Amino acid sequence: MRWRHLDRSLILWLLVAAVLLVLVVNPIARLLWVSLQSPSGGLTLDNYVRAFSRWRYVEALINSLTLGLSVGALCTLFGVPMAWAVSRTDMPGKTLVWIAVLGTFIVPNYLSAVAWILLAGPNAGWLNRAWTSLTGAEAGPFNIYSMSGLVLVVAASSFPYMFVFTRSALDLISSEMEDAATTLGAGVWRTTWRVTLPLTLPAIMGAFIVAFLEAIAIFGAPALIALPGRFQVMTTTLWQFFEFPPKVEVAAAYAMPLLAVTVLLFWLQQRIIARKGYIALTGKGGERRMVRLGRWRWAVLGYCLFVTALSFFLPMVVVLQAAFAKAWGRGFSLDNLTLHNLRFVVIDQPLTRAATLHTFVYGGTAAVIALALALAIAYIVRRQLVPYARVLSYVAMAPFVIPGIVLAIGFYASYTAKPLVLYGTAWILILAFATRFLPIAYANSDAALRSINPEMEDAVRILGGGRLLALRKVVGPLLKRGLAGAFILVFIPATRELSSAIFLYTAGTQVLAVLLFDKSDEGNFEYLSAIGLILVLGTVALVLAGFRLVGRDFMLRRTAS
Amino acid sequence: MSKLVLSGVSHHFGSTAAVDDLSLALAPGEFVSLLGPSGCGKTTTLRMIAGLLHPTRGTITMDGEVISAPGSSRPPEKRNMSMIFQSYAIWPNMTVAENVGFGLEIRRLARADIRAKVDKILDVVQMRHLSARYPAELSGGQQQRVALARAIVVQPAVLLLDEPLSNLDANLREEMRYEIRRLHDEFHITTVYVTHDQAEAMVTSDRIAVMNLGRIEQVDEPRTLYARPRTRFVAGFIGRTNFLDGEVRGDDVVFDHVTIPRARFAEAGELQGLVSFSLRPQSIHLHRVQVDQRPPAVPASACVVAGRVVQRAYLGEHWDYAVRPIGSELQLRVTARPHEVFEVNEAVWLELDPGQLAHIRDKLAHP
Repeated sequence: MRWRHLDRSLILWLLVAAVLLVLVVNPIARLLWVSLQSPSGGLTLDNYVRAFSRWRYVEALINSLTLGLSVGALCTLFGVPMAWAVSRTDMPGKTLVWIAVLGTFIVPNYLSAVAWILLAGPNAGWLNRAWTSLTGAEAGPFNIYSMSGLVLVVAASSFPYMFVFTRSALDLISSEMEDAATTLGAGVWRTTWRVTLPLTLPAIMGAFIVAFLEAIAIFGAPALIALPGRFQVMTTTLWQFFEFPPKVEVAAAYAMPLLAVTVLLFWLQQRIIARKGYIALTGKGGERRMVRLGRWRWAVLGYCLFVTALSFFLPMVVVLQAAFAKAWGRGFSLDNLTLHNLRFVVIDQPLTRAATLHTFVYGGTAAVIALALALAIAYIVRRQLVPYARVLSYVAMAPFVIPGIVLAIGFYASYTAKPLVLYGTAWILILAFATRFLPIAYANSDAALRSINPEMEDAVRILGGGRLLALRKVVGPLLKRGLAGAFILVFIPATRELSSAIFLYTAGTQVLAVLLFDKSDEGNFEYLSAIGLILVLGTVALVLAGFRLVGRDFMLRRTAS
Repeated sequence: MSKLVLSGVSHHFGSTAAVDDLSLALAPGEFVSLLGPSGCGKTTTLRMIAGLLHPTRGTITMDGEVISAPGSSRPPEKRNMSMIFQSYAIWPNMTVAENVGFGLEIRRLARADIRAKVDKILDVVQMRHLSARYPAELSGGQQQRVALARAIVVQPAVLLLDEPLSNLDANLREEMRYEIRRLHDEFHITTVYVTHDQAEAMVTSDRIAVMNLGRIEQVDEPRTLYARPRTRFVAGFIGRTNFLDGEVRGDDVVFDHVTIPRARFAEAGELQGLVSFSLRPQSIHLHRVQVDQRPPAVPASACVVAGRVVQRAYLGEHWDYAVRPIGSELQLRVTARPHEVFEVNEAVWLELDPGQLAHIRDKLAHP
């Protein structure tokens, strides 16, 4: 036996591995198990039959696919020209465009949906009112409560993926590669068509898949737009399975295709990116010349501003207006200004006050847990501390391909019954958030660890210190900076998470995202905007803290291995 | 008694043996280098001595006690050794003084003692004035000195060095070689030094173990290693050399066109059948051919062969000639002093001393 090799810390490593397996594997295994269970306890396919035999459930599935494909297409239309303009042309105002894209990342999709209801709600929406006052028509042409409205909202909040992916691919193509084609006699269009585009295509396809998956897994925007518009997508259907009495087993069965499609497409995306991996190898370095656009540069800037107006500027303007308005419909006048909404949300109303507190406490706790776990796992994997350590890294990254809503149903199925009843406590939310964002924490921890030479630890050990001392005295202090960035990167999405929170909260454990969604029935958009604004401000504060602590590029450093 | 003994040690990564049946013994206070090309298993061997890797076969003993064996090894922190790493592994979150004092802290010395010892060792490596600095503020050479101080201050039973100079520039590297030897002469710590640089090994070591493909080819003092390499690999790895193949016939060794009595060879007793020798370029002397074509006067033990210069290069400190003995396919490399000038195609006499022909034991070259 090899036991004498192994120091006492082994128990700790095994414990960490066990926690990881419980957090990630248990909910998914339970979900699968529940979906195959009959009321009497035996195995059955009944739940699947019930989930897919009704036309309206199938229709929701088709709607989701339509939504995903349309969002992917619209994201391409939005993101690719912008990426090209920023990366390869002399367009003015690039910083402004970049800030607007970053801003788009910061607005949660459900807040964006609220904003678009204010903008393009039938009759009262700002755009409709502008239209009627300009043309004198009876009614405006826009109706956000429609499939095309939903596509617009989701695409406007997802296109930054397309922008970032495409831009980083374009950034890696040096002008020399294009020059090589030009010197062989290819014109500008042929060069673009045969060289630049094929080199960018894997990134575009990858981003298309991400946008598609985002769109089919999203809950907030569809719930705010599709439900009043009287159509369903998969996620809203899943939610309705939970109306009393909850049909968890049917929901589990119905969630399976979503899970399967996600896993499959992420696998495909990895294949696409891996196969074209040569871009990063040969495209490195080399000077890049900007394409001179001449008079067209203003037109291109105009397009960029149009897209970011849809995704960021217009929504932010109307949300700010509503958050500080006595009644948002009365417009931008001084006597319409009030701090009452914010005060009410943060201070006066116990429910929202508690929710504000919960949001940041749960998010922070989840981030700490995710980070501690991720770091321990990354360390175990890097140093090969337990047999088959490599498997643990796949498990830690697995939530990346599990839609939040599916994970939440898994958590619900796992922790509402003995042996471990967490439902009704804050812990089910915290652990769900921690699990959901574990991959972000893991990718960051792993990158941070990789930058520490193992010899740093060997030096401690050979001088007489144990492994745990090496962790405490050397590895820990060296990781601090990297981990501060990782903490913020987990904290931000955890404060805004809706799609898993909506299934797991109970009366005493609302967070702001849930509250915002809950209050949307009442049509009190001033409060909704105030809640949304608090979330946005929280995010901005965290991002700025990240800039301060870690540096300007900390949000882009997480490169999943 | 030996301080440190490796007997039959192997280490396998999967099915490939990185270290293969290696045996080596160090006397107390001895400085031994493991010298070889990258991938020869020298670092793996060092890490096994440190306890950072475990042997898959064989044992390592220190002071007569087994510290490594397959299945049970003493962890690195229980070996009272210290190690200097290729990356130096100076902890960037601690000052110079904190780095150096770390090992003493673990040994639970009193604070005042730690200070005194740290100051003393920093004096020795001429770093006292920088003791409050952080590593990021030090040059490569200074970091190296911190690493040395940190390793020596704990007075380890064995000091291990893993290519410590490979990240320094050429001048500094030369300086640090002598520094390492100086520190050894001062503290007499039993030392294992891993390097791929023969000059480094020759300057620092009492003995050098030349490694290739996971095995030790030869262990000897630097001079012996150079003058009497026992294998083709050692002869080729330590300095440059010529290989001469011949055959023993009766009392003579017959080479291509030259016959030398066997008795003149240093290892005369063991020569049999097909034999190979290594002959250093400095061991051959060139003589100008006089008008009368008579061979030059040489000592009785030497022999003289007619040759012709094929190629030459002037390298400042010496001439590098390639000379072909008349009627032979062989090209001999000859090193000559700067004033010994010969033209290409010039006829010359080659003088060589059979006593300096080192018998190569491995027969790989012969079919």
